[in-house]
Amino acid sequence: MRLRSRTLRRAGLNALGVLVALVTLFPILWMVSTAFKPAREIYSLTPHPLPAHPTLGNFRSVIDGKVIGLPYWNFLKNSLFVTLVSVVASTLIALLAAIAVARFRFRFRTSYLIMLLIVQMLPQQAMVIALFLDFRSLGLLDNLIGLILVYTAFSLPVTIWMLHNFVAAVPREMEEAAAIDGAGPMRIFWRIMLPLVAPGLVATSVFAFIFAWNEFIFALTFLGTDSAKFTLPIYVTYFYGRGTVNWGAIMAASTLFTIPVMTFFLIVQRRMTTGLVAGAVKG
Amino acid sequence: MVRTVSGRPGHASVTPAGRSRPTGSTSRQRAVAFMRRHRLTPYALLLPSVVAIGLLLLWPTIQITEFSFQNYGLPQVTGVAPTQWVGVANFSATLSDPEFWLSFRISLIFAAVVVPLTLLTGTLVGLLLNRLGPKMSAFVSSTALLAWATPAVSASVIFIWLADPDGGIVDWTLARMPSWLGGGAHWAGFSWTNAPLPAYTLLTALVVWQGFPFVAVTVLAGLKTIPAELYESARVDGGGPWRIFWRITYPMLKPIFLVLLLLSIIWDFGVFTQAYLVTGELGNRDEYNLGIYAYDRAFTMPPSYGVGSALALILTVILLIITVGYVRASVRQGAIQ
Repeated sequence: MRLRSRTLRRAGLNALGVLVALVTLFPILWMVSTAFKPAREIYSLTPHPLPAHPTLGNFRSVIDGKVIGLPYWNFLKNSLFVTLVSVVASTLIALLAAIAVARFRFRFRTSYLIMLLIVQMLPQQAMVIALFLDFRSLGLLDNLIGLILVYTAFSLPVTIWMLHNFVAAVPREMEEAAAIDGAGPMRIFWRIMLPLVAPGLVATSVFAFIFAWNEFIFALTFLGTDSAKFTLPIYVTYFYGRGTVNWGAIMAASTLFTIPVMTFFLIVQRRMTTGLVAGAVKG
Repeated sequence: MVRTVSGRPGHASVTPAGRSRPTGSTSRQRAVAFMRRHRLTPYALLLPSVVAIGLLLLWPTIQITEFSFQNYGLPQVTGVAPTQWVGVANFSATLSDPEFWLSFRISLIFAAVVVPLTLLTGTLVGLLLNRLGPKMSAFVSSTALLAWATPAVSASVIFIWLADPDGGIVDWTLARMPSWLGGGAHWAGFSWTNAPLPAYTLLTALVVWQGFPFVAVTVLAGLKTIPAELYESARVDGGGPWRIFWRITYPMLKPIFLVLLLLSIIWDFGVFTQAYLVTGELGNRDEYNLGIYAYDRAFTMPPSYGVGSALALILTVILLIITVGYVRASVRQGAIQ
């Protein structure tokens, strides 16, 4: 009797779980499905969840660049360049800072940590006004280097914060033992610190990757005039703003933009959420 | 596998940073000697981050403060006319502008609706994840995190397409729903983006969809830290699930809820990308929230960087006030050791 009620409750919970998953996934599935639908199915009076006659036409029209004048690869290249360079830069800078904060006691240490928590909350739509004017006089508008600078700096507060928890988790005794065995600071760093904080580096670089890959406000403001410099978020909205809205093309562009970051995220999800939650639960 | 916090390197339940354990006086002496020899090292390590944050985050904040007291516009940018200090003129113009108060009210109401909805949805899903078996829980949290990882731009265009008047699935479904559920033929061709209320309803669904996974995963991580004995003894005492939640779960998770609440307020009050796209980029002035209004005043021709900066400063100050609460809550939780 008791066993049956438990099995029933379990089945009910699982059904609820499947329902939550379906509702959550629905918008993403609808995006992908629309991207594969021919126009008459997209605007059909009886929409179906899956395309009856799947087509690559929408993808072809955004990839060959008929609408925007340049092929998809151009924008993918821009996004990858900006994202990868800023991820490497921000992870390196964050690692140095994280070691300082986690391994040393010094004046202003607490002030520095509090500063990180505060600047993390500065609204980007406020900062963009001053940075636009600065970059205008420096000639960094319509320039991917400008975006790299901004993305590196804006991901730092979170990446340093995440990484300093990872560095602090490395037992000091290991470094001390190595030091007793006569290893210098560089050797200790390469042989002990780096391998042990590697999972942390993965987590923080994924955060920096998602931030730079998805960023919209700065790209929108800085890359106003030169469409060849657009990153993928601007490329996706480009299809949205022009005259007759072609939802097949927008969903295809959006799919091409979203799927890489999702795949990447799913692969490293475990470490990613750990780091994020650690940041949140512990402040 | 369900991701929990405990026992993973990200969790800061480890030795407090920098404080060496008393494992004998020699090791302490060595630590002291080490610190003395490397007195300048931490500053050198911090330098790149301080320069980057200082130049690209702190300096712009100071500049915005400066611009907000100046007549910074197109003539000043092109060098035709000099910048002049105008006192509080930008602020008094802003505060007497009904459009400012409209955008302020929209930001306020939006946060007041979306923050509780996100926290409630996230908490319920977190509680559900905690009750599911390991495989099911991993599956559901993976799908939830996919929603979280969806870029704001993609999520926005997806939701606008779902709610499109021609061919959108939302209107199609509503038109076929029975009238006692609020459905009916009048929903066919209904535009969700042409008026403030429908646009912000759509935006609410969008932001809750993207925001609840973070809450759910954080709540789940918190739930895993509550000892099972607490629940067992409560169950022996004969408490129902509702009572157990308020007697045990809520008090134990209260610090986490506080942080989530403050973070959600900061994010939702300042939401930009999704609001910008759902309200049809710039131009629909009655649908602006505070951030979009500031952006519009600064950049729409003729640009007025001074007024835009004044608005940006108001937004920044509001968010910083909430941030102070966030920092205090974090410090109280022992985030800074």
